[in-house]
Amino acid sequence: MRVEELIYTQAQQDFLRALAAALPSERVRLGRESLQPYECDGLSVLCELPLCVVLPQDREEVQTILRLCQRFQVAVVPRGAGTGLSGGARPVAGAVLLSLARMNRVLSIDPENRTARVQPGVRNLAISEAARPHGFYYAPDPSSQIACSIGGNVAENSGGVHCLKYGLTVHNVLALEVLTADGEILHLGGLAPDLPGYDLLALFIGSEGLLGIVVEVTVRLLPVPENTIVLLAAFASVCTAADAVSAIIAAGVIPAGLEMMDRLAIQAAEDFVHAGYPRDAAAILLCELDGGEAELGQRVEQVEGILRDQGADSIRIARDPDTRALLWKGRKAAFPAVGRMAPDYYCMDGTIPRCRLAEVLEQIEKWSAEYGLAVANVFHAGDGNLHPLILYDANLPGQIAAAESFGQRILALCVEVGGSITGEHGVGVEKLDSMCVQFSAAELETMHRIKAAFDPDGRLNPGKAVPTLHRCAELGAMHVHAGALPFPELERF
Amino acid sequence: MDISWRLQEQVQDASAAQRPLRIRAGATKSFYGRPVDADAELDLREHTGIVDYQPAELYVTVRAGTRLQELQEILAEQGQMLAFEPPGHGEDATIGGVVACGFSGPARPYAGAVRDHLLGVRILDGRGQNLHFGGHVMKNVAGYDLSRLMVGAQGTLGVLLELSLKVLPVPLRHLTFVQERLTAAAIREMNQWVAQPVPLSASAYVGGQLYLRFSAPESALAGLRARVGGDLLAPDEATQFWGQLRDQRLSFFAAGLPVWRLAVPPSTSPFLEEFPQLMEWGGGLRWLRSDADAEQIRAQTAERNGHAILYRAPANLQPFPPLPDALRALHARVKQAMDPRHILNPGRLYTDL
Repeated sequence: MRVEELIYTQAQQDFLRALAAALPSERVRLGRESLQPYECDGLSVLCELPLCVVLPQDREEVQTILRLCQRFQVAVVPRGAGTGLSGGARPVAGAVLLSLARMNRVLSIDPENRTARVQPGVRNLAISEAARPHGFYYAPDPSSQIACSIGGNVAENSGGVHCLKYGLTVHNVLALEVLTADGEILHLGGLAPDLPGYDLLALFIGSEGLLGIVVEVTVRLLPVPENTIVLLAAFASVCTAADAVSAIIAAGVIPAGLEMMDRLAIQAAEDFVHAGYPRDAAAILLCELDGGEAELGQRVEQVEGILRDQGADSIRIARDPDTRALLWKGRKAAFPAVGRMAPDYYCMDGTIPRCRLAEVLEQIEKWSAEYGLAVANVFHAGDGNLHPLILYDANLPGQIAAAESFGQRILALCVEVGGSITGEHGVGVEKLDSMCVQFSAAELETMHRIKAAFDPDGRLNPGKAVPTLHRCAELGAMHVHAGALPFPELERF
Repeated sequence: MDISWRLQEQVQDASAAQRPLRIRAGATKSFYGRPVDADAELDLREHTGIVDYQPAELYVTVRAGTRLQELQEILAEQGQMLAFEPPGHGEDATIGGVVACGFSGPARPYAGAVRDHLLGVRILDGRGQNLHFGGHVMKNVAGYDLSRLMVGAQGTLGVLLELSLKVLPVPLRHLTFVQERLTAAAIREMNQWVAQPVPLSASAYVGGQLYLRFSAPESALAGLRARVGGDLLAPDEATQFWGQLRDQRLSFFAAGLPVWRLAVPPSTSPFLEEFPQLMEWGGGLRWLRSDADAEQIRAQTAERNGHAILYRAPANLQPFPPLPDALRALHARVKQAMDPRHILNPGRLYTDL
């Protein structure tokens, strides 16, 4: 099959020639067929072909690429494993797509200081696998951990099911080696605690590839817990399940993980992986507890008591690794499981204060009826991170737009009740409009200034994460602060 | 009382007049950092009070001028605490000062630092704009993490108005063991204990004695008595010891000479042993009393991938080690972004910030 040829400007041809001359030939991918596998990330409705894809193998090659991009003023979109759900790694037309996937070596494990030094393309789970012989693991475990890369985790400040107790990426990364847009090396953080100066490490984590390119990551490792037990509790209503979550936290228990799924999500997961979830329950809670044997025994009893008091219909306790893994499998496979129920689904990622859960779910249900689109809910209940999955069919006219509109209303509701438009998936291109709801013009402007402090030409991942003020003004859905008209500096049309 | 409008006017006026401000609340930590190059003062002592406290949601939002002790009492009533165990530098110390200086206590390596417990901030930037970043939910990745950037910035990037902090249940029980050890063995053991799945919550090495604190429900601590060994401190004694360590009231800190705060990778072998030292954080934090040449102390610490801060000294003009060139330039650009007229605590951190 003959593919349509891509057309390059003279400047682009000069750049590509310089790139080809500077790197071994297999590092650079050109041509529609080679580029297509990179046209989107996990947010597959938004596709674009990059100018080219480069796959450097070490820091020096990344540096070479960045310096050429600076010389030719070409923009750069970094990409890890491409599993992101907000379009953060979506290519930008005319920009280089910089894949860090080949920089996938675990460089060293330091058992004495309990750290691992790894390249950005190392898969999240591979760090724990490498640390395991020393009795350690890397705590943040996003559901995509078998595939997603640590570099991408840094870009998104990824969480996972255990972050209630063990924190997000920002709590578990000690140091980064990054390259700035012009190829300069920066060392942020370190093994010694509390560095003098500004905490640029914290600023960098979650910056979605807009401030620099991560070429090395040093993570903190934790000892593998002695024992782990998972409780599965079934509830007749989502509200009672939500109350049980609050009751557990109020009792002073911080579980390692505390997850909720609603009826549709339970049924989807059960059909997919047969985890033995109660199909007739309106909601289930998965509560993981870890610790020494004596402590754990007492904790399990305590939590079991709370769950019963809160009206759980049934409680299953998984003590052996296989049953625990099976119970988690249903949760971790919830997204693909829901994916089997409809041609397409749109995964949202808002956070809310736990106590507002019942009313938020109720509102989502109302909108679901209004839009005629079913919603399955999976929820990192312990830390208030809601993942409504809106089911739709892209082939039916108007459904994509309806799903997007529905999703934006959910995110606006999250902000309204005191939460955030994204808990762990990032803004990317997907939630740019919702950023206008969460932040004022002055706040967004401050973020643009921070961006310029790192990347004055704005060449790293342009158009992502922080919307322009014009976009917000045109959208009209704006943040009103203290009764003042938002974006007063912009003309109204 | 909410005086943010008044504070905002003051910053706006100062910005218009390009008149630098020295930001203060309790002024208990004015020994720390460089002298601020400003005549006018921005006083946060009246900007006090709890804005929102939801024990079941595990967060508190508090005005920056609120006294640390008062905040801790309010949390204790609900059986909760700030898990980073902030040091108190006297009754007047405020939560804003703790966050601005980025000070964490003995629990830091095990429970996390100040910045790990900060969920959101409201600040005034150098233009006098009232800005809110982060929030009070545990997970929030919308936009850049400008809240954590404020921790340790000592007010040079923004005036802290409100802080949302994660709070946690107070552990039911603590056990503190004391053992006589040589320095190298103490470092090794502190690092061995933290590599085990045990509820270690503080460690220190003072005067030839290794102190290990474990915090958990009674059932989790039962097995440790036999396993750890050494003398078990009586609860009152233990509380007193860790409190004095946290607040830097142990006799080590009162002995006059300049006090250095060395931070190194925790397993670093003993160095600068000719000077009195006190160790915390599993070996990651080493207090040093020495009037030796600053360059020598900094160089020896840097060789070990650490950094040396001249914590308490008369006429402390260079408390913080110089930053590498690329980082220094980036710091200056970040400062420029947040405070273009250099009116917020200029010079407190570095001369050009």
